[in-house]
Amino acid sequence: MSRHNWRRRIATMGEFKVHRVRFFDYMPTAIRAMAFNAETERLALARTDGSVEVFSFADRYFQEKVIPGKDSLSIEALCWVGMRLFSAGLNGLITEYDLENLRPKYSVEAYGGPIWTMISNTQGTHIAIGCEDGTVKLFELLVEGIHFERNLDRQKGRIISLSWHPSGTQIAAGMMDMIRVFDVPTGHAEKRFLVDRGVGGSKSRETVVWSVAFLSDHTIFSGDSAGKVQVWDGHSGTLLKTHLVTKWDVLALSISKDESSVVAGTSEGTVVQFQYIAPNLQKPEKEWVRTRTFKNHSHDVRALADIGTAIISGGIDTQLVVRPLLEKFDEKSFASGLRRIQFTHRNLVSCAKKDGLLLFQFPGHLELWRLGESDEHGKPGDILHLKRKPEKLLHLKRKGEDHICCSALSSSGGWLAYSTVSSIRIYKLQTDDNNLSITKVPKLPKVLRSAHKLCFSSDSTHLYAASSKSSVLVISLNQSECKYVHTLKPKSGSRQPIHLLTTSADGKWLAAANSDCEVHVYNLQILALHCIVPVYGSCPSALGIHPSSNNLIVVHADQKIFEYSIVEKQYTDWSRQLQKHGLHYLWLDRDTPVTHVTFNPKNPEHILLHDRHMFCIIDKSLPLPDQKTQFYNQMTLRSLSEQERPHHLHAFKVCRNFQDLLCVCLLDEQSLVVVERPLMAITSQLPAPVRQKKFAT
Amino acid sequence: MVEHTGIRVVHRGGSKINFREPIFTNDSRYLLCVSGESVKVYSTSTEECVQDLHGHTDLVTGVVLNPSNHLQAYSCSADGTVRLWDFTDGILIKTFIIGYPIYSIHVSEKHAGVVFVVIRMATEKFSELFQIVAVNLPRSADQDIEARELSAVLCDVSPHPGAASFGRGGEYIASAKGLQLEVYFFKNQKSYRFSLKSGMKKGINNTFTCISCHPKEDCIATGHGDGKIRLWRNFNQKKEYTYSTLHWHHNAVSALRFTPEGTNLLSGGIESVLVLWRYTQENQKNFLPRLGAAITHIAVSPDGSLFCTSHSDNKMTIIQSSVRVSAVIQGLVKSDVLQTDLMIDPGTKALVLNGKPGHLQFYSLQNDKQLYNLDIVQQEYIHQEGLHQFEVVKVAFSTCGDWLATVEERKQKNSELEISLKLWVYDKQIQSFGLNTTITAPHEDQITAMCFSPSSETTLLVTTSLDGYFKAWMLADHSDTKDVASWSCEFVGGYHRLKPGCFCFSADGSLLALVFQEVVTVWSPTSWEMLTTLSQPPGDIRDICFGRLSCSKYLVGTSTRNQLFCWNLLTCSLVWSTPMDVSLLQADPLSENMAAFCCQSGNSDLFVFKPSEPRPLYSKKTLCTGKVQRAIFAPRQQLLESSDEQSQWLNRSQLYFLTQNMDLLTFSTKTEDDRLLASSKQIDMDDSVAVTPFYLLLGKHRQQQKEKQELLAERTQLPQGTIAIKELLHTPAHVLPSASFLCSMFVHSLLISSSSAREEKEPAEEEMESEREEEDSEGEADPIHSRQDLGGSAAWCLVDESGAPALTKAQERELRRVKKVDHSWLSSILDC
Repeated sequence: MSRHNWRRRIATMGEFKVHRVRFFDYMPTAIRAMAFNAETERLALARTDGSVEVFSFADRYFQEKVIPGKDSLSIEALCWVGMRLFSAGLNGLITEYDLENLRPKYSVEAYGGPIWTMISNTQGTHIAIGCEDGTVKLFELLVEGIHFERNLDRQKGRIISLSWHPSGTQIAAGMMDMIRVFDVPTGHAEKRFLVDRGVGGSKSRETVVWSVAFLSDHTIFSGDSAGKVQVWDGHSGTLLKTHLVTKWDVLALSISKDESSVVAGTSEGTVVQFQYIAPNLQKPEKEWVRTRTFKNHSHDVRALADIGTAIISGGIDTQLVVRPLLEKFDEKSFASGLRRIQFTHRNLVSCAKKDGLLLFQFPGHLELWRLGESDEHGKPGDILHLKRKPEKLLHLKRKGEDHICCSALSSSGGWLAYSTVSSIRIYKLQTDDNNLSITKVPKLPKVLRSAHKLCFSSDSTHLYAASSKSSVLVISLNQSECKYVHTLKPKSGSRQPIHLLTTSADGKWLAAANSDCEVHVYNLQILALHCIVPVYGSCPSALGIHPSSNNLIVVHADQKIFEYSIVEKQYTDWSRQLQKHGLHYLWLDRDTPVTHVTFNPKNPEHILLHDRHMFCIIDKSLPLPDQKTQFYNQMTLRSLSEQERPHHLHAFKVCRNFQDLLCVCLLDEQSLVVVERPLMAITSQLPAPVRQKKFAT
Repeated sequence: MVEHTGIRVVHRGGSKINFREPIFTNDSRYLLCVSGESVKVYSTSTEECVQDLHGHTDLVTGVVLNPSNHLQAYSCSADGTVRLWDFTDGILIKTFIIGYPIYSIHVSEKHAGVVFVVIRMATEKFSELFQIVAVNLPRSADQDIEARELSAVLCDVSPHPGAASFGRGGEYIASAKGLQLEVYFFKNQKSYRFSLKSGMKKGINNTFTCISCHPKEDCIATGHGDGKIRLWRNFNQKKEYTYSTLHWHHNAVSALRFTPEGTNLLSGGIESVLVLWRYTQENQKNFLPRLGAAITHIAVSPDGSLFCTSHSDNKMTIIQSSVRVSAVIQGLVKSDVLQTDLMIDPGTKALVLNGKPGHLQFYSLQNDKQLYNLDIVQQEYIHQEGLHQFEVVKVAFSTCGDWLATVEERKQKNSELEISLKLWVYDKQIQSFGLNTTITAPHEDQITAMCFSPSSETTLLVTTSLDGYFKAWMLADHSDTKDVASWSCEFVGGYHRLKPGCFCFSADGSLLALVFQEVVTVWSPTSWEMLTTLSQPPGDIRDICFGRLSCSKYLVGTSTRNQLFCWNLLTCSLVWSTPMDVSLLQADPLSENMAAFCCQSGNSDLFVFKPSEPRPLYSKKTLCTGKVQRAIFAPRQQLLESSDEQSQWLNRSQLYFLTQNMDLLTFSTKTEDDRLLASSKQIDMDDSVAVTPFYLLLGKHRQQQKEKQELLAERTQLPQGTIAIKELLHTPAHVLPSASFLCSMFVHSLLISSSSAREEKEPAEEEMESEREEEDSEGEADPIHSRQDLGGSAAWCLVDESGAPALTKAQERELRRVKKVDHSWLSSILDC
């Protein structure tokens, strides 16, 4: 970590002092595998740290679920069978995930050494895996679990890639230097296609067939480490065409559902599209032609999915890119824009407002920082000199193999808690002037085993932990021990996990949002469900309860904002007015969801929201913007005179001075904490990309 | 055309041959290319121009082969006509009058009898919108045909001929303009438009520059402003169209062409590299680098064996399909700005001017051919836009042509001006100039003029510069040392810190007139004394010139205040002056005449006068549009004997001048035209190669050898058949009468008639024969073998192939017998 990243500045910005924090070294890990479920429009994504993420493509690519990873777990393949999600990895295990509890459900040893690939047939009855020892193993899917059925003919050399013919009777397997086609009913290897090695120095190296794709007309595509995409005739076993796509490796292939397009991802970060096109427009005969090349990645493209309207790609540069195919769209819409998903949609930063403490969550540890201080005052835009530098108080390593899935810091800074899929730990923090002492709370109630989300009450007397089946456990905390109080259960009987929890400032209300898009409000005084906010079709991405009016602000993944009065159990007038008036199209067009809602205690009319690219203060007292008004108007306002300014004001005050935001929160003494993680800093920590000859170098 | 004076302005030599894409004939032996107001036919093997198709009265803007007869070609011109030529014989077959200026022409085999031409959209002359129209060429026996049946195909197209192309089998036409590609299908008369984003912000330039359609598949290749090539497919769909992108060029792709089978795609641009892409395997590409100048057009022969690239330096390179250069056809190189004056090399009598960047070209005006290039800068030229590189800006020859002085300079934005003066000596052994002295930074600032002294005693060079000084350079004689003589500065002079402008030596080199703004100073170059000053206010003096021969006492000058004046140097007084805005003053070194070009209201006028008398010898109004840039009197090889007073001034030398559009024009008199017409050589297109002196030398020898062989083989020739058969075979098929008519004539020719009957019957043929005999001197010398010589070997074989089967052995014997009789008959005719 360079000194540069430790920089932290206090700058005055209008009415706020801003702590510009850049010392959170958040580092997403590389994307390794991808599986798209066309029925539910959900994309499952595996990263190299073993975590699995589920994105809802119907809901603006919202990151619905995150299953934390585990040390020494490396996932090589993911596949959906109906609603079930399986993964296989180099540890030789096939794992099915429990998507309701966000944890692996069970793992089955395949006894074939490391597993390189896994695929299910279109009928959804079987899973085939390719192992290091050269076997292709078939597993039968049962209602509960999977069952080993048989091996296909064992080959010499590992099986790197597999593709099942849509009829289910044949499997193509990519190996070292060759492709084999197996007949599934008999289990015999029927055909063998030899793949050429690269030219020059790489001639002595074996060619790895990284990916194969079996089309219903028995055409087989292969992508290999010599940089070729080859088209084979599966009937006769002849090579139809060789496309030299890159000097490096072709790592991934994906077929569109109508089999009119095949995309190939390369080590150069390019995605090359092949299309099935008639060379003569009057005749029906078609052939595969290399057409477009997309370059959206700087590093290897390891995982690809062609979803018909877009090409999804991910790789070592950690970002997920959704490249829409513009010819599939009739008009401009949200889906027709290029999207890059770089940051998680979860909150990784907790803030203790009273003491100015920040808790950063990493998969393997937690960091507690104290913000710097300055007693200077300056003009807007000035950079203030620090009296005390920011200080890292604590580096807390987790216990066990499982990665941290959530963490929380009480607002007073006295308590700290984190959870993995297997355990929860709660610590008591005591800060003197310079010393920090930490003590682990020894005995935890037995019900408290794991949580999807943790949250302290505002007075730090209670801990709320989101547990299975959308329930919330209430734990009371005091100096020495913690006690289980109650389990809050939703009436709806939803089994989906809770991903957002928030309490009101007066400690009376608790709001919880789950992946079924439900928001439950509990009364903490009587420990009972108070009401359910009317279900809206998009997943809530941020929740907040107003400290004075106890109105619940819900921001959804599709950028809609609702204000719900908990006391009156209905939408407030402002919310109704907002729905009636409609949000500005530029607001709706933003491509990252709002991940945090806070309030300004000094001005009850203000709501603070932020996403990756901006933070916004909604002033409810001001008129709502029309579709025609200039939405991003801060620059214009600055240029106007004092008299003209009020005519141009509208409710959404957007500040885009800070980019790549992970957290924006308001401290008690009217200072704003802005946690940035510049993309450049992430890119600089990536491994070096493959060498490419560029013009004039 | 011919004016009453008999003097007309003509293009003679040096016209652009890279203006439009050249085309190969079907057998790849000839290359047709537009060149000014004519179409030239070059031989691809010998680089010689074998035919010049004259007829258009304005710039020719395109040439294409007639798709229904590959021995004919259509050409179109800004004069509003499309002409059909027989290019082998150089015959104009038909003229179709369209009536609007035509900018380019396209044809397709599928549309027989229709040509597609690009004309302006609106009827007013200066509309900037163009359209492609289909012109139905009416069938008619007339020579000039009005073709008014126009139907618009595509509107708003680019006038650039490379921006439109016919697709597979002529089923559609694709045209690109700006950021839009339009494909029009003739079958269902539907057109599809595809637009690209400008992308200028990201350093992308998606503007279409050129287009080429795959001949066998439905694929359109387009070139773009940022060097990308896109291959479009599925373009009969509004949305599902797709394209792939190839990128090698770093600047705009200026030419694209598929090979006839569609296996390769050729592209070129400013990089001067021909790139050969393998279709469907675009990763494999071949390059032909160092072609010398930016590629402007690419042509491919119909059999795919030859490629031809046109270059911005007025050059065509013929390249074999194995990507090797086989021939270079070089025209007069015209850069955008001519830095040097036009010069005549006294040795070769060639025109000398800027050629390739950093080079001087020696161009023979008589043969319309570049003699050679002299590399002045001797630095690698980098083909990239926006680079400032060394340019040759001044050239001077000594009177006898053994010294050449050049000035090169480079001006970069934030650095000092770099100048160097180079002196070259003519080396008789290598027949070229060799570098003698390089003087870096001869002056502090730009050199404005440079000239050798014409005096034969001393070798003296004078340069003037904007730094306020003029310098005289002398060849220092190091006779005591062994060093080669080199040049050094002899004298530095100035006058009141004024900036020196032009200067002129008197004809004998005894006086030097130097202009300092509005003052003319006269110096003696031997002592470097200032003899006198002359001034003619108001206005700075632009040009100054000593009179020659009988007028050597006069000094003629022009000023910026529209004055032309003449001093008598003996009296140092002004003899006469006239108000005239003379932009260029040029003296004829071989006579007293001077030419003054005036620019008035956008047109240039010419006055030729003698300094002794202020009345012009010759004047011509509206010579050309725009200012005349440079002019030069070139000495004639043969003096003209014109007695006409108006054209007398052209007797000794010829005046060439460059217009604003860099067209090299000259004056032609009637006598000269006649002479040219007489000497216009009849080129026998039968020969496999064009006739060159070398060929004549070698060919004679070969012919003799062949004859010997033939004699051994005892081949005999039919007495009268040769001429008839030759006529038959040599007349183009389309002008021949029907075969049935010919058959009887042919048979008749084979029949041996009695000598008495023949004498009465065929006097006409006799005449023809006798003409031929005269041409063939050998035949006359040896009457015994005259028959064999007559036809030449080529005709012989043809006779054998076509005529021989009809003859039985008995007939042959008969013929042989008759032949002997025939000789006596023939010699009797020849005698009388």
